[in-house]
Amino acid sequence: MTASLLSGVRVVDLTQGISGPYCTKLLADYGAEVIKIERPGVGDMMRSRGPFPGDRPHHETSGLFLTLNTSKKSVTLDLKSETGKGILRRLIASAEIVVEGFRPGAAEALGFGPSAVREMNPKAVMTSISNFGQWGPYRDYRVTELTAYAIGASMHSTGVPELGPLKLGGTVTLFQAGNLAAAVTLATWYGVREGSPGQHIDYSIMEGQLASPDRNGQCLLGIAYSGDSAFRRAHSRRFTLLPFGAGPCADGYAHFTAAQPHWWSRFCQIIGHPELIADPRFAGPNFYNMDMFDAFDAYFLPWILSKTKREVMEGCPDVAGTPVNTMEDLFNDRHFRERGAFAEITHPIAGRHTYPGAPFRPAKAPWKAAPAPTLGQHNEEILCERLGYAKHSLVKMAQAGVV
Amino acid sequence: MERLPLHGIRLLDITVVWAGPFASMIFGDLGAEVIRVESVTTPGHMTRGHPNPPPNVISSPRGAYYVDRDPGERPWNRYSYFNFAARQKLAATVDLTKAQGREIMMRLIATSDVLLENNRNSTLKKLGIGYDEVRKVRPDIIYLSAPAYGTTGPYANFKGFGANTEAVVGHTWLRGYPDADPSMTFVVFHSDAAAGASAVFALVAALEHRRRTGEGQFIDMSQAENMIPHLTQAFMDYSMNGRSQTSLGNRDTAMTPQGAYKAKGEDQWIAISIESDAQWAAFCATIGQPSLAKDLRFKTVIARRRNHDELDGIIAAWTQQHDAYKAPATLQAAGITAMPVLKYEEAHYDPHLTERGFYELVAEPDAGVHLHPTRGFRLSETPIHVRSPGPMLGEHNRYVYGHLLGYSAAEMRRFKEEKHIGKRYDAAAMTVGTS
Repeated sequence: MTASLLSGVRVVDLTQGISGPYCTKLLADYGAEVIKIERPGVGDMMRSRGPFPGDRPHHETSGLFLTLNTSKKSVTLDLKSETGKGILRRLIASAEIVVEGFRPGAAEALGFGPSAVREMNPKAVMTSISNFGQWGPYRDYRVTELTAYAIGASMHSTGVPELGPLKLGGTVTLFQAGNLAAAVTLATWYGVREGSPGQHIDYSIMEGQLASPDRNGQCLLGIAYSGDSAFRRAHSRRFTLLPFGAGPCADGYAHFTAAQPHWWSRFCQIIGHPELIADPRFAGPNFYNMDMFDAFDAYFLPWILSKTKREVMEGCPDVAGTPVNTMEDLFNDRHFRERGAFAEITHPIAGRHTYPGAPFRPAKAPWKAAPAPTLGQHNEEILCERLGYAKHSLVKMAQAGVV
Repeated sequence: MERLPLHGIRLLDITVVWAGPFASMIFGDLGAEVIRVESVTTPGHMTRGHPNPPPNVISSPRGAYYVDRDPGERPWNRYSYFNFAARQKLAATVDLTKAQGREIMMRLIATSDVLLENNRNSTLKKLGIGYDEVRKVRPDIIYLSAPAYGTTGPYANFKGFGANTEAVVGHTWLRGYPDADPSMTFVVFHSDAAAGASAVFALVAALEHRRRTGEGQFIDMSQAENMIPHLTQAFMDYSMNGRSQTSLGNRDTAMTPQGAYKAKGEDQWIAISIESDAQWAAFCATIGQPSLAKDLRFKTVIARRRNHDELDGIIAAWTQQHDAYKAPATLQAAGITAMPVLKYEEAHYDPHLTERGFYELVAEPDAGVHLHPTRGFRLSETPIHVRSPGPMLGEHNRYVYGHLLGYSAAEMRRFKEEKHIGKRYDAAAMTVGTS
């Protein structure tokens, strides 16, 4: 009986930041054993990024780090030292997946490039997540969430003309890179089990965005098809009579994604104007007539301005109307509460907090997140119990700054 | 040619719009046989587009999705909105609203490993092809449903697109211009990308479970819940501190200054993030104002945050004299994080993408030969290429009905009359707009 979907799968995680750790978090929360290698004394740089409880920075209580690293084991290793390299070689030899997020070329310089890893473990799947891929003119450029999104091509058409291109919320671009890299890594690993060769995956954050269904793929192929883009900041985001986007309601904002002609009659019913269904101003191709949008809004706007966010959510199940929620709204939403969409996790130092829950729910083996590790928490378990180092050598390694 | 990782897996694709088709495309890229199941009587306007788009659609911005802005004889095969994620798939048609259609579908399911769907939660159940029915003919099927809010709970049967789930989980509120209302944010579709990626992950994890135990399973995926961890910082700030964050626009609390700045030329922009005091000093030197680095108004992160508006003016005065492609290269050479805000037109010719062979030439029978954007990942031992272009509606009916299911030519003729098999939408489905 398997305890979880990926139990027994061993992953060596050489990443820090957001994309790499989100990739390995997905593996860990579904049961893989993820050994996270951190720099002695310092650890993952996200340990110093907030939010922190009470806004008091502490390297074991970052809400970002704690979420990104659930269910993992932390081993500290100085990868510049020979002892550290030797230990990592042994871990890689018994792993099935290696994920790294160094600057391109840095893994090679340390002796852990794709060909070296292949020699240590021919069946391993090694994934390198980088900004632009392992080669090419932009290879060494630095990026942040903002600049990654900028070069990923959807930013230019996001926003309104006069205010300039607009980024997405938080660091969703970096999360998505980890999300897709995890999927491709797992699929490639599955292939190894079925007879495909071990191999190296070169994941490029820039290319991942450009080939994404967030409208980039559609618009880039559109450029090839017609020379023109379906999305620009100057365009109306709406393309039928029905509302498409966010706008004010009685107590905040509501979002509609309503655009299909067969929704027309039900939409008119919902806003209390069934007489519009057969109105010639809106009939036939006028459904797409931008000159008629204002005429329709004369009926829609008074209705939406009389509805609260909650009334929109509960009252529009057939026409995709939703509130523009804040985090407070989300936390208190009855649907997410009832489904148990959030996880309560108790961490030895940070204490008990509510975390994002399962991204999907397999019937046979549930998602389960254990608290993120403290820095070097699993040194003894992995080095002594697993690899057989004596406890006094661990002390020596610690004194030498190797662990 | 080495074996692709998902070789030998057959996935039935009953997906709509963007998230589901993206997931099945990745499955196809990785070697699975993907069969899209569509219907000639029920066109998906949000998937293959309007079956008979009127002139005002073609002249609108959305007309840019069509080859040469010409919908042609079969618009549904010429629509980049659909075709971008259609490669590596086969396409069959069947009318699932009829008993015969359901029977055909069940025979196809019996030959398949995976069923992937992202319709409204109730849709496939009403058609008699929910998991409980399907497992009777294929006990080890892996069946993933990814409706907007999951398959249980108060909103289980609520319709919703990716953009809806983003509003519900807080993303729409967290992005936007700080002083403007959310109606100025533009609709984005990050949730579709996230759901597609996680669906692939989920299906492969379940394939591994099947390999170990012989068991199939049902996977309940809420596109909304899948998006929540992408907003971890804001989620945990509320969780830990009870603080509901609002949008910072293009700014950041730690990286200051940060923004998109106007460059030389029409609607050209440069994105810049100053990540540290050292980068700030390097930036000041690069723009020829080294004394700014010592200016107390801008010396520390806190000072720069306080005087961000003033800094924006100084930076924009420099960027406006420079080229959006060349200036970031200069800044990067000095260790400063800057990139052009790329336009789609520019991305099509971008030197990095060109050198890496990101675009691949694909010939589609009804759309012609074009450079298609491919994917963000490369496999060293089993390189992925487009093995088959996006399928035309019903293109592979002969393969599916004849070869896979063993129906006779006579039966297939009957299925054509009964509007299961076809390559064009039924005349009744061609209505333009409201009626």
